[in-house]
Amino acid sequence: MIEKEEQPKKKSRREFLQQLGIVGVGTALGGSAILAGINYDKNKTDAQRIRVLTAENELLEIEKGDATKIIPSKHGNLTYLQQQGRDGIAGKRFVMVIDLSKCQNARKCMAACQHAHDLRPEQHHMNVLKMEETETTPPFYMPKPCQHCDNPPCVAVCPVDATFKRADGIVLIDNERCIGCRFCIAACPYSARIFNWAEPLNAQGDKDKVYNVELNVPQKKGTISKCLFSADQVREGKLPYCASACPNGVYYFGDENEDAVTNGTTKETFRFKKLLEDNGGYTLMPELGTKPRVYYLPPKGKTVPFQDKDREEAAEHLHHT
Amino acid sequence: MLEQSKKDKVTSDLLASIRLTNSFKAWMAFLSISLIVCLGAYVYQLNEGLVVTGLGDYVSWGMYISTFVFFVATSLIGMLISAVLGLSGQKWAAPLARIAEIIALAFAAVAGLVIITDMGRPDRLLNVFIHGRIQSPIVWDITVVTIYVLISTLFLYIPLIPDLKICSEKINKLHPMAQKAYKLLSLNWNGSHEQEQILKKLTRSIAIFIIPVAFAIHTVTSWLFANTLRVGWDSTIFGPYFITGAFVSGTSAIVIAMYFFRKNYKLEEYLSLDLFDKVGKLLVLVSLVYLYFNINEYLVPAYKMKKYDALHITALFTGAHALMFWSVQFFGLVLPIILLVFNKMRKPLPLLIIASFVFIGGWFKRYIIVVPTMEHPFLPIQNVPLNFKVYTPTLTESLVTLAPFILVLLIITVLSKVIPVISIHETIESLEEKNN
Ligand code: SF4
Ligand code: SF4
Repeated sequence: MIEKEEQPKKKSRREFLQQLGIVGVGTALGGSAILAGINYDKNKTDAQRIRVLTAENELLEIEKGDATKIIPSKHGNLTYLQQQGRDGIAGKRFVMVIDLSKCQNARKCMAACQHAHDLRPEQHHMNVLKMEETETTPPFYMPKPCQHCDNPPCVAVCPVDATFKRADGIVLIDNERCIGCRFCIAACPYSARIFNWAEPLNAQGDKDKVYNVELNVPQKKGTISKCLFSADQVREGKLPYCASACPNGVYYFGDENEDAVTNGTTKETFRFKKLLEDNGGYTLMPELGTKPRVYYLPPKGKTVPFQDKDREEAAEHLHHT
Repeated sequence: MLEQSKKDKVTSDLLASIRLTNSFKAWMAFLSISLIVCLGAYVYQLNEGLVVTGLGDYVSWGMYISTFVFFVATSLIGMLISAVLGLSGQKWAAPLARIAEIIALAFAAVAGLVIITDMGRPDRLLNVFIHGRIQSPIVWDITVVTIYVLISTLFLYIPLIPDLKICSEKINKLHPMAQKAYKLLSLNWNGSHEQEQILKKLTRSIAIFIIPVAFAIHTVTSWLFANTLRVGWDSTIFGPYFITGAFVSGTSAIVIAMYFFRKNYKLEEYLSLDLFDKVGKLLVLVSLVYLYFNINEYLVPAYKMKKYDALHITALFTGAHALMFWSVQFFGLVLPIILLVFNKMRKPLPLLIIASFVFIGGWFKRYIIVVPTMEHPFLPIQNVPLNFKVYTPTLTESLVTLAPFILVLLIITVLSKVIPVISIHETIESLEEKNN
């Protein structure tokens, strides 16, 4: 650390923090505040002072010497973005709630997601399924992202730690490490994973981009992709792409620790537990023991009916072929 | 004491195969050209990505993984013949030990390559060693397959030492380089009592050690499937189910090899009719055991018809995969069992035909285990092109799948041309024993 401070001022503070991993703020904040984000100010010339964002969302400027490393990063020789992507956001436990009673199959979520992650039209991180669970129960639309399982089979089987679970609950992929064995596809019971069978859609345009684990862009041929809970957006304090794009208020996203989730359409914030309690929230196939972090509210009291043209496809899964 | 003339006859008979014939050259040329064509297909796949296969986001494992499982399975024959039968005092199987080891080594070594053809990023293979995570069954599989290949090499080599000595001395018109190589590899074997003892002990130890390793490779291979939550794979009997299936494929492979060695290398006296008869009976035994596991594996879920199991089972029994499923069960298992009960069917030619059915059926059986499950995930497959829902292998993929088979044939052919396929040393020894 000392050594770093003596380096020429050209070294940005961001890089300085890269070395640090997650930085806690020592004396200035009584040692209790945890860094939730780092605001990078390009024009700042005084290398002795840095700005840090506290968990209470206050932007402070402190002496660099006062910053104490509280959790050393375990990932020595990865790039800054890979390292940050593995560390996650301290103190958070992200959850998503999907209200099936509001989904009208508008598919704006799918489009926004594909656009953000440079996916081909047949590649879905988010897939709105037409569901019919038994012959007598009514069909409904069900957006299905990765469930960010707390006991993720995909992570267990990955031979190289290319897919991993962060402390903040998000399951990500490092496509610079993935060997393309597709064991994780076989292991995921929610069919949440996709593979880059060919050269990715925007391979040319993304060529010079630095790989961002939290966005999984550039996508790479021969590697895995899947829903990332928009970890890049979340890091900036924004809602996931799908949630923000939905016109019908289907998505809520937030932090289980804070017990708060925000609706992507109305931007209203609710108590997470209460929302589940009031609406009979559940998870998909809990019997598998995967412990999803995506919760569903049942398709009760829908205002827009299931469309007739989708009925046949919804029922397909019931028939034995 | 055995007369010298008899010993000489055995030696020259068994060494006869070690020479370059025109038919051998032609066969090698044929294999090499085919292999090059298949490798061309693989290079194409490397350039374009796995998009050249019929795989998709749902059926993401297909022929390559089926072939991998099949190869690991077949390689278990080395353990069955040399270790299990050998240790339990089944002397009749002794002449088959070397053939079994050659098959085992070839299939196990090539299995490792098959897995690479399935990888999206073969260039990152080393990541498995750099970043390997102990909780992944793939890492277990790579570990045990590597150990098995090493032990199989030893299991082939150690008992071969006296024969290498014989090769270096008795083969006529041997190239001096080749003679040197044989001599070097025979590690100063002189046939002393002491050396004999060491050889016996070592062979026995390897025979014992290879049993758990062989069980491990195929059990772990079965866990690649059984350790997932998927319908059709989520089964507790997958380990023994795979092992027993392996014995069936392996036994059929050894029958095929026996037939061609016997015919091409004029080994009628050594690979006797009696031996075929016995191996035929062995095939019935292992097939019956496998049939038993099949009944358990399919009838139990079929009785209950749980929601998702039902999708899978109906696809196998009456749906899209029914033809393949029933053909495999009938022509690859039930019919061979029935036919092989008759003496006449255990003669070399009929046995060869039956074993070929069993062998080919064995490959399709692996396909039936791998593919249909992937077509039946828990959640519906929607908003994707039709070729993601139904797996249809492509030509490129078929050629790449063919490559390991050709490679195995190449390895077996070459090995059978440089070493005697039946142990001279042991044949003479057993003749001596009989004489005394
Ligand atoms: S839904 Fe699938 S991909 Fe997502 S964490 Fe669970 S097992 Fe992994
Ligand atoms: S495909 Fe990639 S992410 Fe998935 S298990 Fe294999 S190495 Fe891990």
